[in-house]
Amino acid sequence: MTATTTEIIPRTPSQEGLIKSLKDLLPATAILTDPEDLRPFECDGLSVYRRLPLVVVLPDTIEQVQSIMRLCHSRQIPVVARGAGTGLSGGALPLGDGVLLSLARFKRILDIDPHNAMATVQPGVRNLAISEAAAAHGLYYAPDPSSQIACTIGGNVAENSGGVHCLKYGLTVHNVLMLKIVTAEGELLTIGSETLDSPGYDLLALMSGSEGMLGIIVEVTVKLLAKPERAQVVLAAFDDVAKAGEAVGAIIAAGIIPAGLEMMDKLAIQAAEDFAHAGYPRDAEAILLCELDGSNAEVSEYIMAVREVLTRSGATEVRTAASEAERQLFWKGRKSAFPAVGRISPDYYCMDGTIPRRHLPQVLKQISQWSSEYGLAVANVFHAGDGNLHPLILFDANKEGELALTEEFGQRILKLCVEVGGTITGEHGVGMEKIDQMCIQFKSAELAQFHAVKAAFDPHGLLNPGKAVPTLHRCAEFGAMHVHHGEVKHPELERF
Amino acid sequence: MTVRHNDRNIDCSVDLQRQVRNAIQKKAALNICGSGSKQFMGRPAKGDRLSLTEHRGIIEYDPRELVLTARAGTPLAEIEAALSASGQMLTFEPPHFGDSATLGGTIACGLSGPRRPYAGAARDAVLGCKIINGKGEILSFGGRVMKNVAGYDVSRLMVGAYGTLGVLLEVSLKVLPRPAASLTLMHEHSSAESIHYMSRLLSQPMPVDAACYHAGHTHIRIAGSEQAVKHAQNQMGGELISDTTPFWHALREQQLPFFHSKKPLYRVMVKPNTPALAIAGDWLLDWGGAQRWLLSDEPLALIRERVSAAGGHASLYRNHPPSGEKFSPLSGPLFEMHQRLKLSFDPHRIFNPDRTYAGL
Repeated sequence: MTATTTEIIPRTPSQEGLIKSLKDLLPATAILTDPEDLRPFECDGLSVYRRLPLVVVLPDTIEQVQSIMRLCHSRQIPVVARGAGTGLSGGALPLGDGVLLSLARFKRILDIDPHNAMATVQPGVRNLAISEAAAAHGLYYAPDPSSQIACTIGGNVAENSGGVHCLKYGLTVHNVLMLKIVTAEGELLTIGSETLDSPGYDLLALMSGSEGMLGIIVEVTVKLLAKPERAQVVLAAFDDVAKAGEAVGAIIAAGIIPAGLEMMDKLAIQAAEDFAHAGYPRDAEAILLCELDGSNAEVSEYIMAVREVLTRSGATEVRTAASEAERQLFWKGRKSAFPAVGRISPDYYCMDGTIPRRHLPQVLKQISQWSSEYGLAVANVFHAGDGNLHPLILFDANKEGELALTEEFGQRILKLCVEVGGTITGEHGVGMEKIDQMCIQFKSAELAQFHAVKAAFDPHGLLNPGKAVPTLHRCAEFGAMHVHHGEVKHPELERF
Repeated sequence: MTVRHNDRNIDCSVDLQRQVRNAIQKKAALNICGSGSKQFMGRPAKGDRLSLTEHRGIIEYDPRELVLTARAGTPLAEIEAALSASGQMLTFEPPHFGDSATLGGTIACGLSGPRRPYAGAARDAVLGCKIINGKGEILSFGGRVMKNVAGYDVSRLMVGAYGTLGVLLEVSLKVLPRPAASLTLMHEHSSAESIHYMSRLLSQPMPVDAACYHAGHTHIRIAGSEQAVKHAQNQMGGELISDTTPFWHALREQQLPFFHSKKPLYRVMVKPNTPALAIAGDWLLDWGGAQRWLLSDEPLALIRERVSAAGGHASLYRNHPPSGEKFSPLSGPLFEMHQRLKLSFDPHRIFNPDRTYAGL
């Protein structure tokens, strides 16, 4: 995480030429070049990175996207695609010499097909809007990232977004059937199909989570699911985080796959409680929220079983939401945990490592120890069922050196996640933020393979260049600071 | 943590890597083989055999993590037995098509069974893999955790690639608890009624686990907790069929009498609610109508045309002449992208060349 420049750089004659050509392709209202108009696009949800793009384009037809891409391809101008800008890894950070392509005007729901349980929508449609449109048919779109009221489906595909219901219902990649993409050359391709699989390679999987590096998503067909008859949440309090972690494993060992299984630690509980008044026990060291869904009788059966497991695991309190309103409130507390933490600290830095769940107590203990060493408080929010940790490091960017300290702390957490067999990012993506940590997770030959995949789609590297996959050179520089398991990661590169 | 070791579990990756490097040096094609149970699929194999059957064994399996990692040559039966002992299962109910079917072959061919529309495909269960690429490098992608968005999803790309992108060495899979209860309900339907019924179930919150139709009968398998199954049975009605494990097994393994025919067998993929297609032949509908098996002597061009018109695609499955394309053709630009992707993994075209499409 390095502070980025937002100053306005005078345009070169060739850049003026590009803007002039864009004006030939698009209506005047679809091109922004004034600094004050560009300002809202200078960052995504990770606002420590800011940069003004050369120009923002807001097309509203696929043909316009194709002609923009053809133009940029012929002029070798980089393009960064953007949905709602809610991403948390700087993936939509603009390039000062590039075009920022906003898909915000692609917001039509094209088709809800209840007979085949699928929906076809434009990429700028909000995640929640799909479920709202499908509700009349008793259907919904399952992945529900916390930002679902604002984030768009195109961005969800680009990031392979998760949510609190992933363990049972999967990530975006499990719920998308077909995409239309525009390639770096401006070609329109259909990836996947309306059927359950497609001939050829699984490009749908490759596109999911590709962070705008392989193509511009211009249409998305998703799978819809039948809304369960009933959903119910059990809240359990623990006087020890490790016991709560144990309880998660015990629920799964009992053969139960909850629809959602979330954990929060004391600081997160208190912040969320102050913010959302969710009725969480303020004195607990950890709480678990366990959602069960299905038919009425089935949910009752599971609640009994889960309550028993939780009690056996040492829960100090086990509470079932008394009403639908209380269930919603329990979730509101969890879903507002990030803004809630934002109220108790000037800044926070959200981590996104995933670990095998059995290592949870060890990892939390280490984070807590580092927290004291650095003098930076940490609130832990955790998709416990998936092993996806979101430690929020609290800091004050206005205090000299605290951002740098926070970054160092964060890097140690991600490195620890990799060491215990996990990953540096479970659902927020690499973007700009974790590009150096990619060097910890992958060997140079693996990174080279990623670059080769990218080149198969985008030989000139025009789509979102510099994000998601670090160059080997960058890793060599980064590796000078971090030696992993005592091995030198990029022995083929010279070091100075 | 349960880690299983026995004498037959051997890591042959170094030896396999050496064989791949030799092939690269000689520019000689390799025919990547498990037990050979899927040789009938796709276009004919060519090149020197690269056998994975010795490279076997479950590397890591901890039921509480819901993740299993095994070497590609591990027999599917061994994996299923280990899962079963812990009350768990593979989510995608893969066909074996042979007693010694391996994990690697199943993943490379992307095979999923009757549960697929309701619980996901083989690709949905894959969390990570280790491969040898066409430069002879051993590479790992994905991981052994449920969520991982670091780097492109190369692991899922390997599923259904028929080994054309690399040699699968290890695969990590998400696994799930076995349902506590399961039963099968039968309805007498015409094909139109069955298509309507099965697709309507998609918008009902019922624990449907498999649905197929053949010759006047719709079979619906429901699975879940005792209460879930009881509730669904009451809601859905139909005739309770006892002891249907052999039926679903025979459907999955293509051992039902329908599949004994020597006529050309096609796999036709359409949207589940697609009305019966006007192609003469015998039809068996699986996956709730989304995967349709067709025995037909009609010309291929007619079959392709009618299936495409319905927005679907068809592949040639069994009882076809070995030459010719087996999978639906890919459009020009899409095929070129496939070729570039193939070369990005396998620059010398060593791995299973032309196995999926000529030129890939």
